[in-house]
Amino acid sequence: MVGMSLACSLASMPLTKHLNVAIIDSNPALVNGIRINKQDPPDPRVSTITPATTSMFRDIGAWQYLQPYRHAYFDQMQVWDYTGLGYTRYHARDVDKDSLGCVVENKVLQSSLLLCIQNADFQKRIFPSRLVSMSLNPGLKSKQMDGISSEISRADLAKLHLSDGTCLYAKLVVGADGSKSQVRELAGFKTTGWNYSQNAVICTVEHASENQCAWQRFLPAGPIALLPMGDNFSNIVWTMNPKEALDRKSMTEIDFVKTVNHALDHGFGPHPTSSLLGKGNIFSWFGAGVPTSGNGGFEIPPKVVKLASERMVFPLSLRHANDYVSKHVALIGDAAHTVHPLAGQGVNLGFGDAFALSRVIGEAIAVGMDIGEASLLKKYEAERKPANIAMMAILDGFQKAYSVDFGPLNILRAAGFHAANYISPLKRSIISYASGEQRLPLFT
Amino acid sequence: MASKLLHRVPWLLHRVGAVSAPLKYPRTLSPTLAAFASLRLLSDVAPRPLPVAATGNSPPASTSPAPQFSGSSEKFEHNAKSSSVRSSLKDPELAKFSAIADTWWDSEGPFKPLHLMNPTRLAFIRSTLCRHFGKDPSSARPFEGMKIVDVGCGGGILSEPLARMGASVTGVDAVDKNIKIARIHADLDPVTSTIEYCCTTAEKLVEEQRKFDAVISLEVIEHVADPAEFCKSLSALTIPEGALVISTINRSMRAYATAIVAAEYLLHWVKEMAGFVHNPLTGRWSLSDDISVNFIAFGTKKGQ
Repeated sequence: MVGMSLACSLASMPLTKHLNVAIIDSNPALVNGIRINKQDPPDPRVSTITPATTSMFRDIGAWQYLQPYRHAYFDQMQVWDYTGLGYTRYHARDVDKDSLGCVVENKVLQSSLLLCIQNADFQKRIFPSRLVSMSLNPGLKSKQMDGISSEISRADLAKLHLSDGTCLYAKLVVGADGSKSQVRELAGFKTTGWNYSQNAVICTVEHASENQCAWQRFLPAGPIALLPMGDNFSNIVWTMNPKEALDRKSMTEIDFVKTVNHALDHGFGPHPTSSLLGKGNIFSWFGAGVPTSGNGGFEIPPKVVKLASERMVFPLSLRHANDYVSKHVALIGDAAHTVHPLAGQGVNLGFGDAFALSRVIGEAIAVGMDIGEASLLKKYEAERKPANIAMMAILDGFQKAYSVDFGPLNILRAAGFHAANYISPLKRSIISYASGEQRLPLFT
Repeated sequence: MASKLLHRVPWLLHRVGAVSAPLKYPRTLSPTLAAFASLRLLSDVAPRPLPVAATGNSPPASTSPAPQFSGSSEKFEHNAKSSSVRSSLKDPELAKFSAIADTWWDSEGPFKPLHLMNPTRLAFIRSTLCRHFGKDPSSARPFEGMKIVDVGCGGGILSEPLARMGASVTGVDAVDKNIKIARIHADLDPVTSTIEYCCTTAEKLVEEQRKFDAVISLEVIEHVADPAEFCKSLSALTIPEGALVISTINRSMRAYATAIVAAEYLLHWVKEMAGFVHNPLTGRWSLSDDISVNFIAFGTKKGQ
């Protein structure tokens, strides 16, 4: 998805639409097309798209292909935990916006990007195979002054060998091939990271009526998130330890629905009340004169009626490439960084990378530079790395803060909930940052 | 030394044929800065009055470098003969450049500041040339169909991007090693392999009667023995209504003085000028209004 969005972005800008792009992906859907039936049950693999990503999609002309299919905007979000000590309710109104985000099935995103690129007046060729090996020419050697042979015209390009035997030459190789990136491996980029001792269970569920809010409850073993998908469906992302994940995947559907409702409702702890210390608490002093989030009070999430898809389990980890770029190579998306799903930010960081890289490429072409040059690719890295690392650190911090059930820490977290709920500038900052409007979490 | 050069300036101004108006400040300079610039430049020496017989009678640049003037013609003819020697690179400079020629394309080597500055210079050139020639600035190859000469091209750091922007580029440099390096590097990419590189001087090109739509000479003038002559040659290489871009970035006192001379010469036809400012924190160069030492100037040659 992220790689395709880069291609679409390049196709949409006058400075870059003349570029020749090869898309290497063994997914047969790219060649055969992705057929989506509106009556299909919703896929469990979804992404939450921030408003910033939505506007980037609109800029490249891909959003129009998405609109006929199921997607759901949500303008409210509630976050709380099992201790019952606090909660935060966010509303898009707090930042004068219409929505906090949009939940879309991945296949719908892929299909819209594919249609966008197919309909663009752009030289692209899809190679339905895999990258096997790659050699990146290190550059000009100064000794080659005399006796130059004609082969040298290919000397400053990257050479790629594909699994079907094709050999390609390129000025720039963009690795958008996910967390187990082959490009990253072949280019020799080192990574830092660790595995979370958690797996995520992903599935789609159905309610009796429309769900219009995003819900996230932090439980002792990990958060459970309920994301609205439209048509009374919601997506569940439930993080827990691997053994429980296996249990939950294999138990019967009825039992699973029961445990989900239990987890969202009274399970593990009480509901939070509206205020921690009664009417005259210090936080209401901060919140004086500030519009409260619409409904204000805590709400119980809608009950799940039945399971609407298979249950999938994924291991969770944090991984970050130490460098995103070197001569002729750049990494974007999960190839560069993998994060915890607890805030739905992962793919949005990826799209941010893609659009930043395409802009940097455009600027380079404007001044006649070779797009494979390390100095210009470093500009992309300098733009995205700090933003991505900041987000990763925050998410990791949350993940760690919520994995400990320890009295004083619980109170601190509760205080955090209250602060986020009642201190309006903080809330606005949080929403703004999570919506992708702010690149770094600086409270300005 | 500076005064000797300065007294020739009024004659040179006329030679280019752009002198009828009084000193005109480029539109992009802020008024205070423009005032400051004129003060500093004109306080050195008052320009001599123009020879009366010469007005309106200058021959077109393409025929010969020696004008028909009363009074100063002999002196000038003598100068014209040896101009190719006078305007060329000083020997110590030649040796200095030869020694580090291998490192031209090492973006972390001795030419690193130039590599860092390159995108900024190119942005200025792209914007001024597109505006002057009416080219589409959002095109990937706006200079398609234009002939540009890069005087003092070195390893081709400027010539290659210009070729990528669509221009037919000729790169000349007095140091043979530079030309060799430039040729090898340009041949790595089919787009840049069309660049014509010659080890020669601007004066020789003038003798060959070469003409270009745009003449660009960046960071050369401070290395040249006779900057005024050099400017004259550059102007001779430009077609009428063509463009000329000159910059100077050297920080030595000598260079400062020659920059003043060049600036006075240039200010008479300069349309746009910008300073280069280096931010030590980010290591980035950007364009600004501050032209006190480093500047790049764009001007056009009036049609005859």
